[in-house]
Amino acid sequence: MSGLAYYLPFIWAFIVILAISIYVILDGFDLGIGMLFAFEKKPEHRDVMINTIAPVWDGNETWMVLGGATLFGVFPGAYSTLLPAFYIPIIIMLGALIFRGVAFEFRIMAHSPGYRTFWNKGFMAGSMLASFCQGCILGGYVQGIHTHDGAFAGGPMDWLTPFSVLCGLSVIIGYALLGTTWLVWRTSDELEAQCRRWSKRLSILMLLCIIVVSCWTPFLHAPYLHHWLAFPNILFGLPVPLLVALFGFMMWHSLDKDHTITPFLCTIGWFLLSLVGLAITIWPYAVPPTLTLWDVASPVPSQLFQLVGTVILLPIITGYSIYSYYLFRGKVTKADGYH
Amino acid sequence: MVTDHNIPLIIARIQFALTVGVHIIFPAFSIGLSVFLTFLEGMWLRTTDNRYLNLFKYWLKVFSIVFGMGVVSGIVMAYEFGTNWARFSAKAGPITGVLLSYEVMTAFFMEAGFLGVMLFGLNRVGRKMHFFATCAVTTGTLISMTWILASNSWMQTPQGYIIDPKTGHFLPKDWLAIIFNPSFPYRIIHMGLAAMLSVAFTVAAAGAWHLLKAKKNKIQADSTVRLMFSLSLWMIVATAPLQILAGDMHGLNTLKYQPAKIAAIEGDWISERRAPELLFGIPNMKTEHTDYAISVPLLGSLILTHDINGKVPGLKDYPADQRAPSPIVFFSFRIMVALGGIMLLCGLWSLWLRHRGRFFTHPLFLRVMLIMAPAGFVALLCGWVTTEVGRQPWTVYGLLRTEDSASPLALSSLSFSMLFFVVIYVFVFGSGLLMLIRLLRTAPEATDNTHDDTMILGSHHHTVSHNKEVP
Repeated sequence: MSGLAYYLPFIWAFIVILAISIYVILDGFDLGIGMLFAFEKKPEHRDVMINTIAPVWDGNETWMVLGGATLFGVFPGAYSTLLPAFYIPIIIMLGALIFRGVAFEFRIMAHSPGYRTFWNKGFMAGSMLASFCQGCILGGYVQGIHTHDGAFAGGPMDWLTPFSVLCGLSVIIGYALLGTTWLVWRTSDELEAQCRRWSKRLSILMLLCIIVVSCWTPFLHAPYLHHWLAFPNILFGLPVPLLVALFGFMMWHSLDKDHTITPFLCTIGWFLLSLVGLAITIWPYAVPPTLTLWDVASPVPSQLFQLVGTVILLPIITGYSIYSYYLFRGKVTKADGYH
Repeated sequence: MVTDHNIPLIIARIQFALTVGVHIIFPAFSIGLSVFLTFLEGMWLRTTDNRYLNLFKYWLKVFSIVFGMGVVSGIVMAYEFGTNWARFSAKAGPITGVLLSYEVMTAFFMEAGFLGVMLFGLNRVGRKMHFFATCAVTTGTLISMTWILASNSWMQTPQGYIIDPKTGHFLPKDWLAIIFNPSFPYRIIHMGLAAMLSVAFTVAAAGAWHLLKAKKNKIQADSTVRLMFSLSLWMIVATAPLQILAGDMHGLNTLKYQPAKIAAIEGDWISERRAPELLFGIPNMKTEHTDYAISVPLLGSLILTHDINGKVPGLKDYPADQRAPSPIVFFSFRIMVALGGIMLLCGLWSLWLRHRGRFFTHPLFLRVMLIMAPAGFVALLCGWVTTEVGRQPWTVYGLLRTEDSASPLALSSLSFSMLFFVVIYVFVFGSGLLMLIRLLRTAPEATDNTHDDTMILGSHHHTVSHNKEVP
C-alpha cells in the first residue's frame, strides 16, 4: 500500500469520529429535551425548553447528514454494508426524526389544543424512538455484522440482541442527561432547579450504563478483549475509569453548588470518553469484525479531493456555528421567547 | 414485467420515487422562496416601504415550515442511497458520495447556521447583519442545488471517470469533467427556473385568494396583497418564456446524449427523418407500437432537431431491455409541456389586464391564478419523472443497471419500510400542507414600526391559532 492509500483512511476515520461525536453531543441535548416532555407538562416550561434549542437544532442535525455523506464518499464500502445491515432501525429512526423535526413548527402552528397535544407527544415520542434506534445501531455495530465478499450477508433482525437493546436504553438515558444539564445551563428558577434534580438521578443511571456496557463490550469478540489488555494499550485504558469517576464527582459537586455550565461539560466528557473507548475497541475495523478501514475506503483521488474541501470548510462551519450559539447565548426565560 | 424475484426491486424503486418526489418539492420551494425573501428584505431596506417588510414576515413563516420539512425529508435521502441502493453506493460512492459531502459542507451548514438568525434574529442583530443572514440562506439553497444537480447530471451523462477493472467501481479521474458534465448546465438552469416559477405561482395564488375575498366583501384589497400579486406575476412574465427556452435547449442536449430517452418520451418506435409529433397516444411496450396516436406531421423533427429534415430516434434502435418505459414518460413530459404553455399564457394575460386596468379585479383571471397554485410543482415533478424514469433501465446511464444497484434486502424489510414511509409521509406532509394553506388564508399583517429595531421577527406568532376554520 502506498503512503497516501495507507494514511488517508486514518485521517478520515478521525474526521468521521469527530463528526459523529459532535452530532451525538449537539443533537443529543435536542433529543434529550424532546424526551423530557414526558416529565415536564407545564406549557410555559415546555416553550422555554424548546426556545433554548429552536435557533440551533437544525444545524445540530446537519452533523448527522455530514456523517452519512462522508461515509458515502470516503468509506463507500462501509456505507453500503452498514446501512442495509441496520435497515429496520435506520428507517424507524428516520421516521422518528421526521416527527421530531416537524413538531418544532407544527406544535406552535396547531389550530386546536388537541392537535397541539398530539404534536407535543409526537415531539417526545419521536425524540425517544430516534434515540433508542441510534443506540441499537451503535450496539449492533459494535457487536459486528455478517458480511460476505464485502457486502452485507446477514438477516434483517441480526442487530436486535440484549446488548443492542441495552445500548439503546443507555443512549436514551445519556441524551436525557445531556438535555437536563443543558437546561441547567440555559434556564432559570423553577425549571433549572427541577433539571438539577433530574440530572442527579440520570447521572447515576448513566454511570451504571457506562459500567455495564464497558464490561460487556470486550467479551463480544476475542480481539476486543485482546485490544484492551495488550501492552501498551492498557496504559491508555487505565486512566479512563479514573476520568469517568472524576467527571462524575465534578457533576455532583457542581449540581449542588449552583454551577451552571459544569454539569453539561461533565456529561460531554462522559460521552467523549465512551465514544473514544468504542473507537479504540473497534480499531482498525470499519465494519467489525471483517472489513478494515482500508477495505472500505474510496480510491485516493476521492479521499484527497474531499479532504481539501473538508480542511477548508470545517473551520468555517465551526466558526459560524459558534457565532449562532453566541448570538442566542444566556439564560432563556418566558419573556425572552423568540416568538 | 412482474416476476417474483424482482418484486423487492420494484418496491425499492417505488419507495425511492415516493421519498425523493416528496422531498424535491421542499428544496424547490425553499430555493424560490428564499430568493423572493431576499428581494423583499432588500427592497424594504432600500425603500423603507413597510409593505415589503409585511410581506417578508408573512412569507418567512411559510419558509420556516417548508424549510423544516425539506430538512427532515432530506435526511431520509442521505441515508436511503445506502439502505436501499447499496451496490450503487459501493460502486459510485467515490464520485456521487463526494459530491453529496460537498453539498453538506458548502450548503447545508450555511443554510442551517444562518436560518436561526434569519428566523429569530432581527431583535438580536442589526438590519444589515440580518439581511446578510437572509442572503447566506439563499446562497446556501442555490449552492445545494448546484451540487445535487451535478451529481444527478453525472448519473445521466457520466464522464471524467474510469472503471476499476477488478471491482467495477467508478473511480474519479477529472473532477471538473465530472461536475461540469454535458447535461449539468441545462439541468441547473431548468431546475432553477422551475423553482422560481413554482413559488411565483404559489405566491400569485395566495394573492388571488385575498383579492377574491376582498372582492366578495366589496372592499378595496389591501395594498400589501396587491403588491404581492403584482410582484409574483412580473416574476411569471419574466421566467415562463425563459423556462420554455431552457426546456427546449435541455431537450436538444438530451437528444445528443440520451437519444433512447427522447424516443421513449416521444413514443416513437422507428427512427426517421421528417418525423411527426404525437400530441396523444398510448405507447405499448409489448406490441412496440403507439396506439390511438394523434400526430402533427413534421413537427417532431422540427421541435427535437430544429430542422424539418432532422432525424429522430426510435425505440426499436435499442434492445428491448434497454428501453425506458415509454407510457410513463410520454405522459409526464406532455403534462409538463402543457403546464408550461398555460403558465406562459397566464403571464401574457396578466400583461393585457394590467394594460386594461383590470389586473387586480378580473374575476376569471383571479380564479385561474388560484387554481394554478400547484401548477409549478406539478410541472416540476413531471419533469423529474421524465428525466429519472427516462434514464431507466440505468442508474448511471449506459453503465450501471438499476437492478444491479439495489441492496440485498429481504422482501419483509422492504414491505415494512414502504408501508412505514407511506403512512408517515401522507400524515406528516399532509398535515404540513394543511397548515400552509391555513397560514396563507390569513392576510399579511400590517406593521407600522419601521424604525423599531427591537421588533421581534418570530416565525410563529401570528393569528392562525385564532382561526378555527379548517380548510
